[in-house]
Amino acid sequence: MTVTRSLTALLTLGAAVALAAQTPQAPAPQPPSTQQPEAITTTITGPPGLPPKIAVPDFIALSTDAETVAAAKAIGETLWDDLNFEREFYLIPRDTYRSIPQPASADQVALDRWKELGADGVVVGTIRKGPSGYVVEVRLMQVSGGRVAFGKQYSGSVNSVKDGGRVYAHTAADEIHQTQRGLRGVARTKLLFSSDRDGTRMKGPVGEREISNIYRSDYDGANQTRITYTASIDITPVWSPDGAQIAYTSWRSGYPDIIVQSMTTGTAPQKPAKGSPEVQNYLPAWSPDGTKIAFTSSRDGNQEIYYANRDGTGLRRVTNHPSIDVTPTWSPTGQQIAFVSDRTGRPQIYVVNIDGTGLNKITNEVACDRPTWSPAPFNEIAYTSQSGGGHDIRVYEFSTGQTRTITDGNGSNESPAFSPNGRHIAFSSDRSGREQVYIIDRDGKNLRQITKTGRNRYPNWSQ
Amino acid sequence: MHSRRVAGVIITVVLAVSVGACAKKKPPVARPIPPPPPPASETAPPRPPAPPEPVRETPIPPEPVTSDPLTATDIDQINKNSPFQPIFYGFDSAEIDPEAQKLLNANAEILRKYPSWVITIEGHSDERGTAEYNLALGERRAAAARTYLVSLGIPGDRLKTVSYGKEFPFDPGHDEAAWAKNRRAHFVVTSK
Repeated sequence: MTVTRSLTALLTLGAAVALAAQTPQAPAPQPPSTQQPEAITTTITGPPGLPPKIAVPDFIALSTDAETVAAAKAIGETLWDDLNFEREFYLIPRDTYRSIPQPASADQVALDRWKELGADGVVVGTIRKGPSGYVVEVRLMQVSGGRVAFGKQYSGSVNSVKDGGRVYAHTAADEIHQTQRGLRGVARTKLLFSSDRDGTRMKGPVGEREISNIYRSDYDGANQTRITYTASIDITPVWSPDGAQIAYTSWRSGYPDIIVQSMTTGTAPQKPAKGSPEVQNYLPAWSPDGTKIAFTSSRDGNQEIYYANRDGTGLRRVTNHPSIDVTPTWSPTGQQIAFVSDRTGRPQIYVVNIDGTGLNKITNEVACDRPTWSPAPFNEIAYTSQSGGGHDIRVYEFSTGQTRTITDGNGSNESPAFSPNGRHIAFSSDRSGREQVYIIDRDGKNLRQITKTGRNRYPNWSQ
Repeated sequence: MHSRRVAGVIITVVLAVSVGACAKKKPPVARPIPPPPPPASETAPPRPPAPPEPVRETPIPPEPVTSDPLTATDIDQINKNSPFQPIFYGFDSAEIDPEAQKLLNANAEILRKYPSWVITIEGHSDERGTAEYNLALGERRAAAARTYLVSLGIPGDRLKTVSYGKEFPFDPGHDEAAWAKNRRAHFVVTSK
């Protein structure tokens, strides 16, 4: 059959991708090593003007042990979610697949049955347990004609399915988005946020106070893991662009200061802003090339924006005004910084060149905060805007000078952070009671709640 | 020998320059500090009992300090039943209004009475402002209270400041009564 032939050909071409075992300590946002680009001849398409319809059934377990069988189902579910997330495909709901029996192997797919269901493409995956770990094969097949549009084999350690084999699904989803749609997906990205869920309290002058520490999760909220352990407050975390370090504001010394902490090694945290009771620093922002950190400091008498190299050398002052200047974010080129200032009354968003020239006010609203500059190709700044009794996330578009509101006035919504492809925004909201982290698409659709336990705020999205 | 003398000269020059630079960069409001003694580090031992202060309003009785419960109790106990009044601010404001001035005058009296105490002024805000900006607003509130106390003659090195933004609301409520209580500065004894 043609189906079998093209499958074999493609799988022979496809290089195996070794996936590191995903442990909580692993340098999470690093993608597995990239491989040779291969010629893609088949792209799954839908009817003109409509997204391709894709089905992602359970993977086929080629080993019979319970862990492999469970992973086969879980990988299918996760991959369905990952592919659905970017809205590039129409994902046929999984509960409609029941009438189609699972084949014993990837060569026996009943393509005509998937065609009846209206699918343009179907993902056929297998998972097999070997002596040293797992081998997962993923194929995206064109339903009419049976050509393989995408085919890859991945291998990973025996621990790689402990969380349901999410790393296989995430990697395949990112590669399918890249090869089929030319899109950088976010399935392997991670969120940082601060949370008081631990319940530990610190001594306060009047009563006890909740501590906050830094947590990490997958982009979809899975694998929530505590990162810092201090009886203090650690907030406003940010990923370094390479994902190897995080920076955040901590009060662990009794005053706010910037802490830079490795996510890959146990090296002692660094304090690049060199804080002291007299020199307090907060709200770090990593430059796009990862070499510099911008922050707010009152070291010269009142709040100004500064940046320094990540080791603390090369300190530069960006703003110089007796009003509050706070909350920096870098432009994608690293040549400008947006920040918040109350120099004309209530806080508004300003943009300035990093040498302090070319100041430009971009908002005229009741009050604004937490600008966050989008990555290319979008040229936008998301920010918190006071509206009614609370706040909404708004987005300013440089090309038009227009703003749009992303959240719907439900609860108070703050602290936006863009996904690395600019298509999604993480933020905090108290719409369901205590503040939680949510993600939403840049057009205000597809709201998802990421956290549920405790009070969770200040999300940040890895590259 | 020779090089040591050179080093001494250099250090002197550097100190003079940095003091000058600091003074120049201070905003007008924070100016009134007389040449401050070297800032006490956090780990500095409690100061020795200070000599009688040349203050006008509070005649310090010759002996009675030992019978004062506040000198005998530890810092946690003092803060739990704090003799210091918190002060409150208007919305998005760090202004010390007449009511706050009255409370700060009283707090200054306490600081004069216990001249070894070092306090931290905590600046807080209500939940209506945004989280990040509130860190700066809280810092500004604490700094305004500090400036006022310094203007009353309290040495600046006894007055540390820290902002917690809206991290620690005093009243968890969501109405103006709660917000008004949350736009505040606390005065916390950190060494004695």
